Amino acid sequence: MLPLTRQLLSRRGDAVLGRSLRWASSRYNNSRSSALSTLAILEQRDGQLVHGSLSAITAGIKLGGPVHGFLAGSKVSSAAEQAAKVKGVEKIITVENDAYDKGLPENYAPLLVENIKKGNYTHVVAGHTAFGKSVLPRVAALLDSQQISDVTAIEDEKTFVRPIYAGNAIATVESTDAIKILTIRGTAFPAATPEGASTPIESGVDAKAEPISEWVSEDLAKSDRPDLSTASKVVSGGRGLKSKEEFDRIIYPLADALGAAVGASRAAVDSGYADNSLQVGQTGKVVAPQLYMAVGISGAIQHLAGMKDSKVIAAINKDPDAPIFQVADVGLVGDLFEKVPELTEKIKSS
Amino acid sequence: MSALRILVPVKRVIDYAVKPRVNKAQTGVETAGVKHSMNPFDDLSVEESVRIREKKRAPGGVEDIVAFSAGPPKAQEILRTALAMGADRGVHVELKEGEELEPLTVAKLLKKSVEEQKSNLVILGKQSIDDDAGQTGQMLAGLLGWPQATQASKIEFGADDAVTVTKEVDGGVETVRAKLPMVITTDLRLNTPRYATLPNIMKAKKKKLDKKTLEDFGLTNEKRLKVLKVTEPPQRQGGGKVEDVDGLIGKLKELGAL
Repeated sequence: MLPLTRQLLSRRGDAVLGRSLRWASSRYNNSRSSALSTLAILEQRDGQLVHGSLSAITAGIKLGGPVHGFLAGSKVSSAAEQAAKVKGVEKIITVENDAYDKGLPENYAPLLVENIKKGNYTHVVAGHTAFGKSVLPRVAALLDSQQISDVTAIEDEKTFVRPIYAGNAIATVESTDAIKILTIRGTAFPAATPEGASTPIESGVDAKAEPISEWVSEDLAKSDRPDLSTASKVVSGGRGLKSKEEFDRIIYPLADALGAAVGASRAAVDSGYADNSLQVGQTGKVVAPQLYMAVGISGAIQHLAGMKDSKVIAAINKDPDAPIFQVADVGLVGDLFEKVPELTEKIKSS
Repeated sequence: MSALRILVPVKRVIDYAVKPRVNKAQTGVETAGVKHSMNPFDDLSVEESVRIREKKRAPGGVEDIVAFSAGPPKAQEILRTALAMGADRGVHVELKEGEELEPLTVAKLLKKSVEEQKSNLVILGKQSIDDDAGQTGQMLAGLLGWPQATQASKIEFGADDAVTVTKEVDGGVETVRAKLPMVITTDLRLNTPRYATLPNIMKAKKKKLDKKTLEDFGLTNEKRLKVLKVTEPPQRQGGGKVEDVDGLIGKLKELGAL
């Protein structure tokens, strides 16, 4: 009896101690949170604010503490005015210089480092986009900080959640760095809406780094369809489409009928059925639309990594054992060359 | 044009076709008895380096291709694969089984290796398929103060040490140019890696493979991130199948997706 009582007592003792420790640490956090401040990196293209980059502000607000937005380029004023309408931001910092127009990391990283140091930021957030992926690690190395990539949740100011192994495992990590550098998954932090606020806009420091690289050209797919990463509906085609002609003939009309963006599996891209930039998966885009319709896609783990957070997944495949059916909310086993045109017609006429 | 001295960092990871399982203690992913291979993006880096030499794409020629790996004793197998594909020699920084380095530490290690090997071009994979961080190349370029081109789908060499790289970006491609020395990371569309042939595998056994430790480079495995836990992602339940297109539309309406 006695040992048990002692055990109980000591357990209760631990609990009390644990609670006071937690209390102490939360007080510690609170006292520190007054010093917490975040720089949210916004993107512009040809002077236009990239709306999706406002996700960085959403994440910044989640961290607590003041949030400053950051924009650089030759014509940033109208993008800055747009961003200034987002509620919950203390100020927008801009640097006007055409050296930053194309987001070359060799110029942009020193620029961010200067502004981060000047503003004494404890957190720096950017989207896990081509821009964020190329610039932020360079910034992190210059600040001697271990970046945390593709964050899907913020638990507190130093604890972050991110997928690893193509989303087959979820890691919760605690950063010990003084400056925490994060890239965030856009689908996990909806872009803040510019409405109502009129945040002050201030000029930041121009680092004027010696250019060591040069932008030559770009070739971006032009499309009137919704943007793949932010679309509410996505129709994706895979190897089952058999050719580019069939991909165009089958997938695009369905996407148009639904008002959806078009995506593709790696197999479809590798076979030349669709453009590289449409690839959904671990090494392509990560999407989380309301509806993801997978047509002729078997559902390899690398593909699932890019779409399994979609709200509703529908699959059309002739192989009843295709792994895609294990994640699909609704599956139709059949020949996509018959079923998809039928589906397109019925959606159009409804 | 300077002759190229290429450094190719490669990583041993769980094979891409294996579905990883989280261990019971929720500290990581089960690696014991699981098939490992070279990170697919590193395969592309090795292939590209060898092709630059074979196709004589660089005006100054290729003087040296060094494959580099920091990993457990078994990472040597990955280095041997790189040597069998055509790399000249290997450097293995041996870690304990199960020991992992964070990208920042790898970048610091690579910076010292670049200096030691007098490399003027580093070709890395854009990300490792285990940690999915996608940071090492950019961090290395930052530490060295070199230009970087990430997610390369095409690499061309011109006069005066100029390197033109087509990069995959959101929505299409972008082309940038810089001068050697530089850092490039590879994307899937860069090339199709070869299989090492048996005679080449035999030859690779005779190639030089230097063994080193982190201490040789004056580094320790300093962790900035503490992994609190690793869990399984929420499992989706398949919702079953429908008979025909009308059933599909009906179900989608019921789920509020149409």
